[in-house]
Amino acid sequence: MPRYLRNFIIALIVLAVLFGLDLVFQAGLINPYYTRILMLCGISITLAVSLNLINGFTGQFSIGHAGFMAVGAYSSAYFSVNYGMNLATSLGGGKLGWVVALVITTLVGAAVAGVAGLAVGIPSLRLKGDYLAIVTLGFGQIIVVFLNNIEAVGGARGYSGIPIVKSFFWIFLIAILTIVIVYNIVNSGFGRALISIREDELAAEAMGVNTTRYKVMAFVISSAMAGAGGVLLAHFDGYLNPKSFEFIKSFEILIMIILGGLGSIVGSVLGAIVLTILPEGLRGFAEYRMVIYSLLLIILMITRPQGLLGSSDAFKGLRKRLRRATEGPSGTASSATQSESSLGSEKSR
Amino acid sequence: MSTFLQQLINGISLGAIYSLIALGYTMVYGVLKLINFAHGDVYMVGAFMGFYLANGLGARGAQALGLSPDGIVGRGLLGGGTLQPSLITALVVMLLAMAICAVIGVVIERFAYRPVRKYSRLTALITAIGVSLLLENGGQVVFGAEPKFFPELFRKRNIDIVSGASINSADIIVLIISLALMVGLQLVVYRTKTGRAMRAVSFNLQSAKLMGINTDRIIAFTFALGSALAAAAGVLVAIRIPRIDPLMGIIVGLKAFVAAVLGGIGNIPGAMLGGLLIGITETMVVGYLSPTYKDAVAFAILILILLFRPSGLLGTVAQEKV
Repeated sequence: MPRYLRNFIIALIVLAVLFGLDLVFQAGLINPYYTRILMLCGISITLAVSLNLINGFTGQFSIGHAGFMAVGAYSSAYFSVNYGMNLATSLGGGKLGWVVALVITTLVGAAVAGVAGLAVGIPSLRLKGDYLAIVTLGFGQIIVVFLNNIEAVGGARGYSGIPIVKSFFWIFLIAILTIVIVYNIVNSGFGRALISIREDELAAEAMGVNTTRYKVMAFVISSAMAGAGGVLLAHFDGYLNPKSFEFIKSFEILIMIILGGLGSIVGSVLGAIVLTILPEGLRGFAEYRMVIYSLLLIILMITRPQGLLGSSDAFKGLRKRLRRATEGPSGTASSATQSESSLGSEKSR
Repeated sequence: MSTFLQQLINGISLGAIYSLIALGYTMVYGVLKLINFAHGDVYMVGAFMGFYLANGLGARGAQALGLSPDGIVGRGLLGGGTLQPSLITALVVMLLAMAICAVIGVVIERFAYRPVRKYSRLTALITAIGVSLLLENGGQVVFGAEPKFFPELFRKRNIDIVSGASINSADIIVLIISLALMVGLQLVVYRTKTGRAMRAVSFNLQSAKLMGINTDRIIAFTFALGSALAAAAGVLVAIRIPRIDPLMGIIVGLKAFVAAVLGGIGNIPGAMLGGLLIGITETMVVGYLSPTYKDAVAFAILILILLFRPSGLLGTVAQEKV
């Protein structure tokens, strides 16, 4: 079976499954509390996997992810309230109109967050070392200060009246898209350049990798995807508050990917799920939650700095098994297509 | 003009405090190449230690003198509220808080940073974030999340310089103490054997080890020194503005780090200059623009510095060796 056909079929199956699950959730067959946590898991996955692209695979330490998420959330919410709803009604107000409006809103949120990523990334990523960490942390703080003062989006009172889109399908479509995008980036020539920067920036530069350009590109993509996560959050409850984007949120996302292992997509998915469900279980110990998290983080760093899954590529193993299942035991054909495709991506660079 | 003078005075006073904290960042970065994120929280712990010491000493001191502790709690070691003896209380409280935080700094280094020193710098950075979160959230559990009000260690009064501009006695104290601490630090770093070892370690850790320097001890000493300065800053801040809470170290710590970068990270005079510049700029923005944006100023400066002079004002461009 040709590669594109197989991918197409897989995509169709995934869409069908998502759609089916969406119908199940809409029918209210499952406890709404569990549904809600599941959807929050989806949003966390989007955020964690996107942060892993810059922190885990490129080795550049960003700790202001919540800032980009806030940019995406607020810009898309503003767009939704002022233009999106009109757009949906002018398109007939039916399901199609809403879907079109939602797609445009998501793109707006992701694009604005990407531009913010460009503005933050260019000055800090030109330099080597830890500057990105401190600039992103500062950026996250500045964003909260500004959001608290912009009256058009409610200021410190919070921004309410955002149209609510509680769609399992939409949230997990974005989450899966994020995973697919990051996976494909990492396994392309672009991704190899990023990993070479992580392993040794000086050596990468000596091999002709334009390190600044690649770092900034990875950072912008990561920020845009964080923005998309913010879009989901904005339309999840229909209410935004600058408080929910403070540094503590950035650290939560960071802990997700560190727990799972920097540079492991499966790890960040698992980390996101665990750290979204865990607080629900720890409701009774709310004030000790962050103490436990931080102790966990320190102990993890001392005993197992590569995280629980490290950079083990469980996804690769899964794909290999999938390929074997679809093509039978003859591994030669698949390896040929793979080397061809990687050559192709090398050229397209 | 008087507004300008007033803001300048406030700025220098605030800047001196940023300088004290920035010194800790810059020294630790000098020897370990690590952004010690927990440093701002050590400053917070310093303020709380000062708070408990002042209250405890005040009550004990009153009892020792045979007075009823009620109503004198929080008045300082010798109570009474007169300026001269209470100044000594303030100094005692500050020195004790500095000693406690020096120990805390050494403990943090020993149990969190030393085990990860053999791994990558990213691991150390994440550990530092972990320690920072632990101090912030542990502080919320131990000290309580609600803000506390620092007792008045000596009577503050305003002294008019020109019409419209006055200087608070607290500001004068802050300036004198921080100046004395910085001079003391200069003496330690440039005039003692330990100071020479510190400079050697920050120049090259491996060679320093080969020359027979006990680098572990020097690194621990650096942490102790930096944490003590942060604690002094914590008590001084609490004297100026008596409201303290467990999250007070985050923003101040970040700004002090920006001050260290502005002056040239790893450079001790640079940290002092950077702290003063950040403090003055911030109060000018508060005075002439809007107080709501005061927290954004430092980061705007940081981005400008990174764009135009990443090595900082007094820093030298380090050649990267392969």
